Amino acid sequence: MTEQKQIWVFIEHTDGKIADVSLELTGKARELGDQLGHEVVGLLCGYNVDALAEEVIEHGADRVLLADDPELALYRTLPYARVAIAEARVRKPEIFLIGGTPNGRDFAPRVASALRCGLTADCTDLQIGDYYVKKEGKTYKDLLYQIRPAFGGNLIATIVNPNTRPQMATVREGVMRKPAADAARKGVVEKVEPAFEPGDFALEVLSRQVRKSTVKLKDAPVIVSGGAGVGSAEEFALLRDLANLLGGEVGASRAAVDAGMIDRAHQVGQTGTTVRPRLYIAAGISGAIQHRAGMDQSSKIIAINTDPNAPMFQIAHYRIVGDVGEVLPMIIKSLRERSMDQRDAE
Amino acid sequence: MTDTRPIHSVVLVKQVPDTHNITGEVMTKDGTMNRGALPAIFNPEDLNALEMALEIKGRHGGTVTVITMGPPKAANILRESLFRGADKVVLLTDRKFAGADTLATSVVLQLAVQKLGQFDLVLCGRQAIDGDTAQVGPQTAEKLGIPQITYAESVIDIADGKITAQRALDSGSEIVRCTLPCLLTVVGSANTPRPASVRRQMERKLSAAPGEYAALRAKWPEFETDEAVDAFLAKHDLKIPVWTAEEIGATEGTIGLAGSPTQVHKINFVVLESTESKTISPTPEAIAAMVAELVHEYIVG
Ligand SMILES: Cc1cc2nc3c(=O)[nH]c(=O)nc-3n(C[C@H](O)[C@H](O)[C@H](O)COP(=O)(O)OP(=O)(O)OC[C@H]3O[C@@H](n4cnc5c(N)ncnc54)[C@H](O)[C@@H]3O)c2cc1C
Repeated sequence: MTEQKQIWVFIEHTDGKIADVSLELTGKARELGDQLGHEVVGLLCGYNVDALAEEVIEHGADRVLLADDPELALYRTLPYARVAIAEARVRKPEIFLIGGTPNGRDFAPRVASALRCGLTADCTDLQIGDYYVKKEGKTYKDLLYQIRPAFGGNLIATIVNPNTRPQMATVREGVMRKPAADAARKGVVEKVEPAFEPGDFALEVLSRQVRKSTVKLKDAPVIVSGGAGVGSAEEFALLRDLANLLGGEVGASRAAVDAGMIDRAHQVGQTGTTVRPRLYIAAGISGAIQHRAGMDQSSKIIAINTDPNAPMFQIAHYRIVGDVGEVLPMIIKSLRERSMDQRDAE
Repeated sequence: MTDTRPIHSVVLVKQVPDTHNITGEVMTKDGTMNRGALPAIFNPEDLNALEMALEIKGRHGGTVTVITMGPPKAANILRESLFRGADKVVLLTDRKFAGADTLATSVVLQLAVQKLGQFDLVLCGRQAIDGDTAQVGPQTAEKLGIPQITYAESVIDIADGKITAQRALDSGSEIVRCTLPCLLTVVGSANTPRPASVRRQMERKLSAAPGEYAALRAKWPEFETDEAVDAFLAKHDLKIPVWTAEEIGATEGTIGLAGSPTQVHKINFVVLESTESKTISPTPEAIAAMVAELVHEYIVG
């Protein structure tokens, strides 16, 4: 019997909701699976999470391995890793993708260490390709290219694991597109029985506090972002006005966050949120590599900067060399006038 | 009731190039990197891990041992650790360790920690700034067969053979209780690392690893041979022990490049993509025209 090879996705969830990154990765796994002819498998650990399994299938999985057990109700490294390690040893997936969330990055190295396989952290792109090793005079076919920024974002490295399986990678949130749910998709939900060992319960979660974030950067169609060039809180308020007019959200560079101008939840970039809105307005942001890493996939970029040599201008579609305090009011005014004209016309 | 039992901690640290301060000199014209131009520093979050261990020692007694795997010059951060309060340090250095990825690194660290003997806690920084992987801690914990508490921000209590700690997560925080021994990875917000103590600096500034004896003799010509340096340092308990692959019992094929399942296929330097771009004057008319264009293209409105 030749079994179909598998691509696994770790399905992370809190309070009955699947993490976006897990569905983004399910979509990516589907793409890779179609390319390679592999089955896409979601690994879902939890308690009373049957309904989530269907959702994983709707987003592109062929199969969900469902470990449903009271001990798995909250994420804990060892019980979750136990399930993954045991199942991976039996089923031998080719590829295993995990969201680059705090718990995803707690889980993945534990599993990779036990399976003695390669793991690449915080990838921003995944592709399939060949790898030629001169020393061996051999080409490894169809490996997973694990592409990630390195050295503080100054380099982009492509990592491969030619000899070990699964090829494991954690992937940054927001860099893959989340596919639309397709209720007609069919798949298999397969229950698996966890075989815990006493040592797996060494850690207990005494309490958990979830900070409810009201900042919805990731899904905002328009982001108006401010940097160190935004001189004052009043000027920052202009960003908010413009974002409201455009139905968007306010973003920020780390310099603006560090200056206390705005909460960290608004930070865009390598250590903030990765975004790809229809329109990104960068006001008083120089365009450091770590900032661009989080926004350079935006469809249209407007850069406003007094320095004509600011790196942000090199990726901007609209370059405005000028002062934030003067340019933002002009954009706001122009939008207000348009909406008034529209009302007059109706 | 708080345990009166002393707590023995092992802190895993790394010397890293200071990627936070990449300047023009570092990136050369043809887009390659001059690594030599980057100063080597104590990985920032490893300092937080050391501080946490020192605070625990302050409260419970016990010892703090600091180990690093790296080239001979990584002895610098071990001296730094001694100046800040570490009781003992060990340098893991061997050509066979070179080229290790996170898995191969964790094999070496596991063997070294086990060679040290009994311990209650292993602490390391959440991640190193040259790779930002955050993998070595959990991988070492797995190999040691002990549980892990990642993103530890504070230790609330150590009692009855268990540690209670707070984890800092993007989405909030968690308080967990875990049996000892266990491994913690420590976040930068955990504490403010203490500076080197002047007294300890005076006492231990001569600490050196065997690889550094030549440099030491250049400064102290009264030592005529390496053996003389060695005897002096040993007598004053200033010798930084060096462990090689053989001394920790590492098997070839599990460490260094050979023990690393991940391989670098290629490295690209980040180049700015030039996009089709328009320069807009900062005038009301030009801005209104730009807004009109965006509306027309259904980007806004
Ligand atoms: C490991 C690492 C991770 C990082 N992660 C991130 C991250 O996630 N996100 C992030 O943003 N940064 C990150 N950074 C920091 C990043 O390197 C930059 O320092 C930061 O993005 C700079 O922010 P800025 O552009 O607002 O400030 P600056 O670089 O100071 O730029 C301010 C700009 O404003 C312009 N200006 C000044 N006055 C005006 C005015 N009146 N009108 C218009 N323009 C004006 C200036 O010409 C300048 O270009 C990270 C750094 C490191 C090392």
